[in-house]
This record gives sequence, structure tokens and C-alpha cells, in this order.
Amino acid sequence: MEKWENNRAWFLVLPVFIIVAFSAIIPLMTVVNYSIQDIWGPGQRVFVGAEWFEEMLANERLHDALWRQFLFSGLVLLIEIPLGILIALAMPKRGWGVSAALVTLAIPLLIPWNVIGTIWIIFTRPDIGLFGVTINSLGVAFDHTARPADAWITTMAMEVWHWTPLVVLLAYAGLRAIPEAYYQAAKIDGASAWATFRYIQLPKMRGVLTIAVLLRWMDSFLIYAEPFALTGGGPGNSTTFLSIYLVKIATGQFDLGPASAFSLIYFLIILLFSFMFYQALLNVGKGEKA
Amino acid sequence: MKIRKRTIGLCIYFFLLMIPIYWMLNMSLRSNADILNAFAIYPSDLTFKNYIKGFTDHTWYSGYINSRIYVSMNTVISLLFALPAAYAFSRYKFLGDGQMFFWLLTNRMAPPAVFLLPYFQFYSTMNMIDTHIAVALAHCLFNVPLAVWILEGFMSGIPKEIDETAFIDGYSFPRFFVTIFIPLIRAGVGVTAFFCFMFSWVELLFARTLTVTEAKPIVATMTRTISATGLDWGLMAAAGILTIVPGALVIWFVRNHLAKGFALGRV
Amino acid sequence: MAQIELHKVAHSYLDHPESKADYALKHIHETWEDGGAYALLGPSGCGKTTLLNIISGLLTPSQGEVRYDGKAVTSLPPEKRNIAQVFQFPVLYDTMSVFNNLAFPLRNRGINEGEVKKRVLEVAEILDLTPFLEKRAAGLAADAKQKISLGRGLVRKDVAAILFDEPLTVIDPQLKWDLRRKLKEINEQLKLTFIYVTHDQVEALTFADRVMVMYEGELVQSGTPQELFEHPDHKFVGYFIGSPGMNFLPVTIEGNTALADAISIPLDNKTAQLGQKAEGKLELGIRPMYLEVHAESVDSGVRAAVTSVEDQGSFKIVTVRLAGNILRAKISEDQTIPQGKVWLRFPIQWTKLFADERMVK
Repeated sequence: MEKWENNRAWFLVLPVFIIVAFSAIIPLMTVVNYSIQDIWGPGQRVFVGAEWFEEMLANERLHDALWRQFLFSGLVLLIEIPLGILIALAMPKRGWGVSAALVTLAIPLLIPWNVIGTIWIIFTRPDIGLFGVTINSLGVAFDHTARPADAWITTMAMEVWHWTPLVVLLAYAGLRAIPEAYYQAAKIDGASAWATFRYIQLPKMRGVLTIAVLLRWMDSFLIYAEPFALTGGGPGNSTTFLSIYLVKIATGQFDLGPASAFSLIYFLIILLFSFMFYQALLNVGKGEKA
Repeated sequence: MKIRKRTIGLCIYFFLLMIPIYWMLNMSLRSNADILNAFAIYPSDLTFKNYIKGFTDHTWYSGYINSRIYVSMNTVISLLFALPAAYAFSRYKFLGDGQMFFWLLTNRMAPPAVFLLPYFQFYSTMNMIDTHIAVALAHCLFNVPLAVWILEGFMSGIPKEIDETAFIDGYSFPRFFVTIFIPLIRAGVGVTAFFCFMFSWVELLFARTLTVTEAKPIVATMTRTISATGLDWGLMAAAGILTIVPGALVIWFVRNHLAKGFALGRV
Repeated sequence: MAQIELHKVAHSYLDHPESKADYALKHIHETWEDGGAYALLGPSGCGKTTLLNIISGLLTPSQGEVRYDGKAVTSLPPEKRNIAQVFQFPVLYDTMSVFNNLAFPLRNRGINEGEVKKRVLEVAEILDLTPFLEKRAAGLAADAKQKISLGRGLVRKDVAAILFDEPLTVIDPQLKWDLRRKLKEINEQLKLTFIYVTHDQVEALTFADRVMVMYEGELVQSGTPQELFEHPDHKFVGYFIGSPGMNFLPVTIEGNTALADAISIPLDNKTAQLGQKAEGKLELGIRPMYLEVHAESVDSGVRAAVTSVEDQGSFKIVTVRLAGNILRAKISEDQTIPQGKVWLRFPIQWTKLFADERMVK
């Protein structure tokens, strides 16, 4: 769409800019400040420059946590996005089914995250939990507190269960926003269901799917409460994702300097990849030709 | 009603979705000892103790009310600020627009713990600790960018020609925006409202840090269920069930906006 | 080729319609002959889009039958009928090039690539789209996009009728004229039936050979633009067509004259007789163009008071008051009108009588 060129549009954006800048820039400056100093206590600080950054970047355990995190977030996207789209396509468009479906989808999203982790602990226990008992009765020796693979499966199951509805809701709203005339024209043109999906629905959902991908990427990369409540990062370090590791350092050592440096690195990684996703999705639309 | 493959698939998905919820319900109706000792698909020893605690203990139900207050505040503020900004991003080209748009989203990318101390210091200085508005404003950090992004996406799906036709027909901008434009993007507004509500509702860190007693939300109260005997599983489960209700209401209210699309041609 | 017939069609959007008001379309019984350029004209909400969707098959009517060349197609979906539809907003496949957009309907029907290429190039030529074929469809201007929409209908050899739902709504005013002319050319060249829905009478009257006027779900009159202008069957047609619309004056009949309050306006004998027998509210109608305004008293003239004179360039609009009613007259730019009092003359052949909004016949 050709946009109108007008710098006075800034007035419409100004309130948002102010409120977010106020919320973000000042604290961020504080973090940058801390990240370059060594702080033992109030008033006792020494400028150390890039020392914390070097230390963090060389940290083996940080690398491990980082890889685990990439694997986790990658799996999240691979599962949740297609699944979410599929469900959204299957959802009813009219009638009482719409309300029922929407409310059902919303429920997992509304539960506080630490509660989710807590409930799933019991849920997956092989002795007293529905999931654990069922799996074990099928002959599979499942124990997420003992085996890393099981811990991963459980964490992924919890994550997909919890967050796919977000993708579904976004995709569904996006689908509903497509004017009926497009479907009518497709009918007249004799398009099959797959062609309708590929040439009308998917392109028109690009906006919401971009949001869904970015949101799930960011939020899964930052994930803390749910996996921590479920596995505590274990067994061993197998489910210690990046933010769990960060909190371990920050609370364990109570060292503001390294923790701040870590936070900044963390932030930059997310930023970099989000930017890449964003550009990629933006250009998918622009680049496609015959 | 025709039973198609997709309806069956959908029902299976919803069934799977509800199983952990059912389990939570199950737990909420049992005592802790019961939960930890025996596996039971349905509670054989039904008790409402957990719910009674939730309804009678002052900290619990006031927590409920507090949450509703600041979450509603935040949803309204976020929507109000985001709508004009999203319109600007969607319709106008201006200096720094692309960068600004992406920058907004970056505010959701930093670990929230990073902002904790500065926020606490700021609100302390302003004597706003333990107020609803403090939490509502703090949540704007992540909700406003989200709202702008989602709304912009939906707005860009409406051809600019509709705006132009309205202006030619003599509509003033506010009248056009409220009577024509917003109804067209109602699916987007509905989904944005729900997400703002949801993210604010479940947020724990800021809500707990910035409040003491007056504005203490339910999420914070729930983390206090660790007692000498360990986690109060049953109570937590009951609280979990109860926290679903307001959000379910919100989505039920916006369901029509979500499901109705955009009909070609102005009314 | 297609002769389209709507046989006693009525449609309601409600499951259980009770009264006449519940019906979006009340009683449509009409035939569109092969190859004609037709317009469906009416105000917003009169049911024209509903009617169009019933013809194209996007909507199944609650009652009645749709026939193509005598064969009932009422339950056939749109892709099985030989029609194409152009919508109010350009409806394109954004991710495809112009070529692929035009080729899409053919490829879906399994036509071989060689044939596809031939047809697409032909149609692109007709629509002046050849230089844009490799470009992304989404990047073009609104008028080009609508041409692509039209093109998707033209590429199909089996298409017999093309339906247009207010297609020029988003086009720039300067380009509207060009596009309209192009549509007319194509209609004459390819001899396809074109049914064009609009609320703009200028569009309808300049494009179509036959115009069908719709009002509140009914087809009130169908005829050539000239017929509709000179002999409106329904008050609505008189009012809607022409700018400004027809003047109406409540009257009673006495002998050979119509009386508005105490003022006599002559009628021709036949009209007067019909008027005497007619029932219901009687109104006199005359088009501003035919209403004569004189500075001095004339034979069978009536006195009226001038309220305003507007100079519209090549003509003037005089607004007068007569017996408590406002009337307008369209006069040439040279004619001068005095302030205050004038004499109006109602030429008998252009003075019509309406009973309960229908012309007396």
C-alpha cells in the first residue's frame, strides 16, 4: 500500500513513544551502567570496562545454556506455528461453536505461569499424576526427574499446550479479517482448497504470522517460570535454559555486574534474531514474483 | 451438522487441551495429603476447603479484585495509546518510521528482571508503590508495543482507499476513525484487548515488586502458598481455576469482534 | 452464450421470514438477453448486490429459479456457471505477477500451458496490460488492478456473462471515464453479457443499453435510459434519475386539470381521465428540464415565487415555491429570471400523474 508521506504523523506516535521510552530507556541505561562496573555493595564500585562481557562470552556453561535455548525455541516455532495455523483453519466461523472454541483456547493462556509449572509437576509424576500414570501404564518407563530426554519431552509438551492457543487466536483473527470477496473470487476462478490457502489465506495472514513468530520466539527465548517450576533446570543442567541460568548466577552470586552484562548479551541475541525474522518475513511478501 | 475430518481433529485438540485443566480442577477439590499420596482420576474424597479459603481469606479475594483493577486499567491505556500510533505506522511514511516500529518491539525482548530495580526506584521516588496505576503503567512496557504491532497488522489489511473515500465524503478524522475504521478492524481490536489483558493478568515480577498490600494482585498471593509443609498444591490449583474466570469473560465479550471479519464496502 | 433469466426469485437473509419487510429481494422476474450491456441501478441497500450474487451463484435464493439459456442453474456453484464477477475493491492474488493472476482461472481448470499463454496475452492486449505482465499485481494502481480482475473473467473461453459490483468505487475520477469507455468497448467487441450494478445514475445511463432500477428489493422499471428519463413508471425512478430529480406536487383532479390548492395545472385528456379513476395519493410530476419559467404571464401559466437561482455554468437551476411546495426548473444559461414572481408553464406532454407512487396508466 502506498503510504501518505507526512512527518506530522509523529504526533500520533508520540504518546506511545513517550510511555515506552520512559519505561525502557532509563532502566536500560541503568543496566548498561551496572554491566561495566564491579559492585560489592552500595557505594562500592569500580569501573571494569568490558571485563564482564569477556568473562560471560567465554563462559562454557553459558554456551551450553545458549544452545539448549536455541534448540528449545527452534522446536517451539517448528511445532506451534504450523499447528496453530491448522487449528485456526479448522475453527468454526459462526454459531455457538465460536464462543466455545475461543473460551477453550483462552483458558491455558490465563493461568499464571508458575501455577502451570506446579500443576504439571503433579500431572507428570509417574505415581500420582494423570499423564505420568497413563504413560507408564502403556509400558513406557517415563520419569522426567531422572532422564533428560523425558524432561525435554515434558517441558515441550507443557510449552506447546500452554502457548499454541496464542498462535491459534492470532491466526484465527487474521483469517476472519479476510474479506469474503476474496473467497468468492477464488470460487469463481475454480481454485482448490489448497490453492485458496496458498494464494489467499497464507499471504493475507503474513501480518499476524509475523507477530506470532516474533512473539513466540521472544517469549520462548526468555522463558523462565514454567520450566523452572517443572524441572528446576534439571535433571542436572539438561533443561537449564538461558534465563534460568541467568537467575542462577544473579541470585547465587548476587553479582550485579556480570548479571547485567549477561542481560545485555541476552537482549542483543534476541534482538539480532528477531530482526532477522522480521526482515525475512517482510521480504517474503516483497520478493515473490511469477 | 456435517461431521468433517477437521471438526473431529479440532475436537481431539480441544480434548487434549482440557486434560491438564481437568487435572487442575481435580487437584483443587482434594486435600494436599490426598493429592500427594494417591493417584485418582476423579476425587473420591471431595473437598471444597481450597475454594473456601480462596473466597474467605481477605488477601485472596482482594488480590483477585486488585488484579482486575490494574489489568483493566492497563488494557484501556494500552489500546488508547496504541490505536493512533498503529494508524500512523500503517498509513504514513515519516522520518524513522521503520526503526521506531521495530524499536517498539525490542522493549519486549529484554529479560524483565532487568527493569525491576530501576522501576522500583522510580515508583518509590514518586510515592506510587502499592498503587494500581503503577502496575498498570509498568505493564505498558510490553503491552503497548504488542498492541501497536497487532493493530498495525490489521489496519494494513484495510485498503487506504476507504479512508480516502470517507474524507472525500466529508467525514472528519475522529468520526471516520470511530464509526468506520474501528468496526473494520474489530477482529484486531478484539485480539489485542485479550492479549493485553492476558499478559498483564499473568505477569508476576512487576506486580509483586511494585505492590505491598493495598494493590497486591492474586498472582503474588499465589506464590505465597509455600508453607512449612511444602507447596499448598490444592490451594494453588483452586486459585488457578479461579484466575481463569475473568479472562474467560474477556474473551467471551470480544468473541464477536474476533469472529466477524470485514465486509467489503462501507455500510 | 447466455440468456439469464430470474424466475420469480425472492430472497430473505432470515431463516423464517414473516413479512414482506424481511425480504431483501421481493419479486424479481426478469430476463437479461445475450450480449447486452445492462445496468442495475439503485440506492444503497436496495438489494442490487444480493441480486448480483444470486445471478453469479454466490448466493442461493430462498425462492425462485435462476436459468441460463433456459436451463435451471439455481443450485450450481459459481465455478460451474459461465460467469465472472468484478468486485467493488480490486480482488487479486497479491503474491502473483499479473500474468499469473490472469492465468490462474485457466490453470485451475487444467488447460495446457500453451493455450494459457495464448489467452493471457490476448486478454492483456485488449486491456492494455501487456507492459505489466511480469510485474507484481499488488504494486499496480487501482484501475489496473480492476482491469486484472476483469481479465480473469475474460480469459476463460466459457465465460458468457460478466457481473460488476460497483467496480469503479475506488478509481480516481479522471480514470473512471476511461475505464467505463473500455468496458463498453469490450462489451461490444466480445459480445458478452455485462451486468453492471451501481448507485451512480450517470454511470448506469452512459454505460448501459438497458437500465433496471431497483428500489427496496423490487425492480421498479426496466428500459433504455431515454425511456426511464421520459416515462418513469415509478416516482422513485423519476426522483432518482436526472439531476436534479423530478418535481412532485400533491394534486387532486377536477375535470381536465390538476389542482394544487387553488392553482390549476392543465393535463391532457387521457391522463386526466385516468387520474379521475385512480385511487390513492395523487401527485403530479414534471422534470426540471421541461418545466418552463417565464418572466411574464403566459397562457395557462401559474404564478410562483422565486427562492433562488443557481448558475451551474451551462445551465441554471431556478428554485420556486408553488402552493407550499418547492419545485426546480432547469433553464438555459442565457435566460434571465426576475426576482420575486415568475410564471410557470407545464407542457402537457411532459406532465405526468402518479397515484401511490406509480404512474397512472
